Amino acid sequence: MTFSLLLAQLLNGLQYGVLLFLLAAGLTLVFGIMSFVNLAHGSLYMLGAYAAAVVTGATDSFALGVFAALATGTVVGMLLESAAVSRLYRRDHLDHVLATFGLVLFFNEMTRMIWGPQPLFVALPESLSGTIDIFGFSYPAYRFLIIAVGLAVAIGSSWLIHKARVGMLVRAGSVNPQMVGALGVNIRLLNAMLFALGAALAALAGAMAAPILSVQSGMGEPVLITTLVVIVIGGIGSVSGAFYAALIVGLTDTLGRTYLPLLMREFASRDVANAAGPALASMLVYLLMAVVLAVRPQGLFPAHKG
Amino acid sequence: MNTRNKGTLSALALVAVTGMAHADIKIGFSAPLSGPVAAVGQDQYDGFMLALEARGGKLGGQTVNVLREDDQLKPELGNQIARKFVDRDKVDAIVGLGFSNVLMASLPRIVESGTVAIATNAGPSVLAGKGCVPNVFSVAWQNDGSAEAMGKYAQDKGYKRVYLMAPNYQAGKDFIGGFKRFYKGEIVDEVYTQVNQPDYSAEIAQLQAAAPDAVFVFYPGGMGVNFVKQFSQAGLTKKLPLLSAFTVDGTTLPSLRDAAVGTVSGAVWDVALSTQGNREFIDSFTKKYGRTPSAYAAVGYDAANLLDIAVRKVGGNTSDKAAFTAAVKSAGAELKSLRGPFRFNHNNLPIQNYYAFQTVSEGGRVTAKMVGTPLPEHQDTYAVECKQR
Repeated sequence: MTFSLLLAQLLNGLQYGVLLFLLAAGLTLVFGIMSFVNLAHGSLYMLGAYAAAVVTGATDSFALGVFAALATGTVVGMLLESAAVSRLYRRDHLDHVLATFGLVLFFNEMTRMIWGPQPLFVALPESLSGTIDIFGFSYPAYRFLIIAVGLAVAIGSSWLIHKARVGMLVRAGSVNPQMVGALGVNIRLLNAMLFALGAALAALAGAMAAPILSVQSGMGEPVLITTLVVIVIGGIGSVSGAFYAALIVGLTDTLGRTYLPLLMREFASRDVANAAGPALASMLVYLLMAVVLAVRPQGLFPAHKG
Repeated sequence: MNTRNKGTLSALALVAVTGMAHADIKIGFSAPLSGPVAAVGQDQYDGFMLALEARGGKLGGQTVNVLREDDQLKPELGNQIARKFVDRDKVDAIVGLGFSNVLMASLPRIVESGTVAIATNAGPSVLAGKGCVPNVFSVAWQNDGSAEAMGKYAQDKGYKRVYLMAPNYQAGKDFIGGFKRFYKGEIVDEVYTQVNQPDYSAEIAQLQAAAPDAVFVFYPGGMGVNFVKQFSQAGLTKKLPLLSAFTVDGTTLPSLRDAAVGTVSGAVWDVALSTQGNREFIDSFTKKYGRTPSAYAAVGYDAANLLDIAVRKVGGNTSDKAAFTAAVKSAGAELKSLRGPFRFNHNNLPIQNYYAFQTVSEGGRVTAKMVGTPLPEHQDTYAVECKQR
């Protein structure tokens, strides 16, 4: 029983990690390569969840919902890039933060005006709503789908960045945009595409999270903070770093939440452990980030530049 | 903006009719109307306005002017709003007052001024006990009531081992405390999670491994949606009775539907009640707002009807605050509450039934069914500490 419980907790950590990776991949690329701080990344996640909820509700097909989320992410990402973000590249980070924070407020209020303050309903397809038995422990089938999608995106993005021509141009553009431009590559278009790709991945994360989480206005902010922790730990601009860091953060958070309060009961009274355990567990990922920043400020797996 | 205009207009109107015996009744309504718990505030306001409109915009025969403010679930803002209502708008009564933390922050100025205040969402233990005051009422509930009802329900059902979960903050601890006050069996574990935690997979796995007879949780708003969805996806709703308070309710059920079927909630009101006027209330609310009302809406509705009786008792003359306060207090016993038996205790909190409702699926529609009244005409445990009579 303890072994299967540990296995279930490892799967939970993995699942949380890959979901964080979907968000972190786009954020780290935009931050690392275009040097743009995008706080509205969480809003794209929220829009993805809303798109999935609305389309799944109208068509009874979760697959269509996921496609709708991808499309919404891409389109909104491109619109955002051309309307707001592209005007801000030359400004400093504080302006980025201000502008994208404004966008966060705008999107939150917009979803509340259109769909109201109540959370939306998202149905899971019958085939995914069951559980799978792992050594006598029932684990939700849908969580396996999340893990599969996350791993597929990780492999796909690694190929895109390291093997494909587009990825090579992106990497080159991050080091020396003038030279890449002089060689006849439209660097603005490349940046816009990159931004839209990151937005689509955030929306995909939102769509995958929609059946397990409450789809409501403001759902993007708590997860954005954890995502920022992930890209700092992984090394800004590094997609593979984001992947490993997401898994580390996912596992640390899950196992910390589970075992820290139990561990504390060995030393302290039950009441103290019950109160302090969860508080300490929620600090774990931030402590991890602080340690990484102190020891390796460039992150654990920095992108190789220059 | 709108309320400000209304305020200006009513101020002008007041100037115009100076000298008349009594002008319009002015009511300040505050609730969280934006942010993650906006649905809760909106239901209270809509319920209140529905009862007001049913009376042609009048309470006790007097034309009513409602000033609406959004407290954003921020105590400091609640305090400012209370000051504005008392000092600038000089309202006759304040209704709403938001969550416990906001209510407590608003209290000092309200107590000082003697203005009648009627909470529609909170009944903190301090207000019910040592800190009870004459002019502040809660028409809603004492906070622990629903959890106490679930404790009693678990006890009556004969569950031997129960697992408890709540967010790691004061209300979470109060609810767990309330449950334990009436449940005498074994507590397998008490788990406190981070406030606004989105994912409970780790905690649900631990819970599953502990194999209790039943689970009791308090997860209001979005947290509840997350928890119940994930609990059901882990295949546990069919195996384990899930008892809750303020988790599966009228505001969250539309986004949970089948995931909540089988769960039991402790509450003062749900659509399943067959009390006098309840059917009409549900029908007119659904017709006007296009959604099913929640307990919050029912309490808002009751608050307007309570004021109607009180204003009539004083003949529209609300300027004598002490007399108006006494009228509100005695109006409690006359109120035909949507919740069934109702009266104010000496601490100004309700003595009322706390029910157990089970979420059921009837002909493809997910709704609530009453499965018992664990605490009939229940008076809260803090009332003995309240010195006022």
